[in-house]
Amino acid sequence: MKLVKKKKRVAGSYSSSSMSDIVFMLLFFFMVTTTMRDEEIMVKIKLPEATEIAKLERKDLTCYINIGTPQDALQKNYGTDTRMQLNDKFSTVNDIRDFVAAKREQLSEADRIQLTVAFKIDEQTRMGIVTDVKQELRRCQALKINYLALKPVD
Amino acid sequence: MADIAFLLLTFFLLTTTMDQNIGMPRRLPPMLEEQQDVDINKRNILQVHVNSYDRLLVNGKPMEVILLKDEVKTFIQNPNNDADKPEKETKDIAGLGSMSVSKGVVSLQTDRGTSYKIYMAVQNEIMKAYSELREEFSVSRFNNPLTKLTEEQLDAVRSVYPLNISEAEPRDATAKKKKK
Repeated sequence: MKLVKKKKRVAGSYSSSSMSDIVFMLLFFFMVTTTMRDEEIMVKIKLPEATEIAKLERKDLTCYINIGTPQDALQKNYGTDTRMQLNDKFSTVNDIRDFVAAKREQLSEADRIQLTVAFKIDEQTRMGIVTDVKQELRRCQALKINYLALKPVD
Repeated sequence: MADIAFLLLTFFLLTTTMDQNIGMPRRLPPMLEEQQDVDINKRNILQVHVNSYDRLLVNGKPMEVILLKDEVKTFIQNPNNDADKPEKETKDIAGLGSMSVSKGVVSLQTDRGTSYKIYMAVQNEIMKAYSELREEFSVSRFNNPLTKLTEEQLDAVRSVYPLNISEAEPRDATAKKKKK
């Protein structure tokens, strides 16, 4: 015995002219909101939470320092120790000087003083390496820093 | 045309990352050629130590992170003019006239083994104390929250409650042990 009656299918037709409008709308939305990630993050980073935060303005004046343990796939080669990533390679504190100098080169004379160094640091990182980085930045006269954080979800 | 639009759409769909870059802005002190010892009266310093087990010591007393905000607030305000809380000096502030400004400095010292998480939590609490003080002042003086103030008013509020956080050079608990 059939419990469900099969519905008769009616061949219908609908206009698909509005589909392209929708697709275009979505396209523009993603085009506007997208930000091209210019570096691949090679370390695992879970940002700490903070409430006293502000949006980072002027992305072009910002350079990023990533600190965390290497991604799972890279741990075979690089171990599980905390590492620092500048641009797209693992670096040490001594490389910061060149890194900041290279970023300064790209900026115009007037913007150089505005250069911000953003810290993307995993919350399990020990302060030792963070302090070393900060001391090196002081030596390089790159004094504007920003600790990137997440807004807590309530 | 729709094909091309679809192609672009999928491309942007896949490459898009909604990263919101928000963070806590800070300014590092410039590196001095020689270490100067600034003489600050002991009552004007609130010493916050965080050890490698992420425990807090505030002026010698153990404390939980969530209580730090109120401690900093009473420290800066010194409502009863206690002798062990910071002094106040009278300053002439543009747009406000002479105001008494606290000389208090929050000194934050961490260990090399302190976790970044607790460091950020402590920084956040201290910042929260300052922004609450500024907010309260703004409401009582200008009848407006901070977000509705003009740039000059904001500057005035900032100079009544200047952000005085000093980060001491980090200690290294392991190095100390080795010396002994």
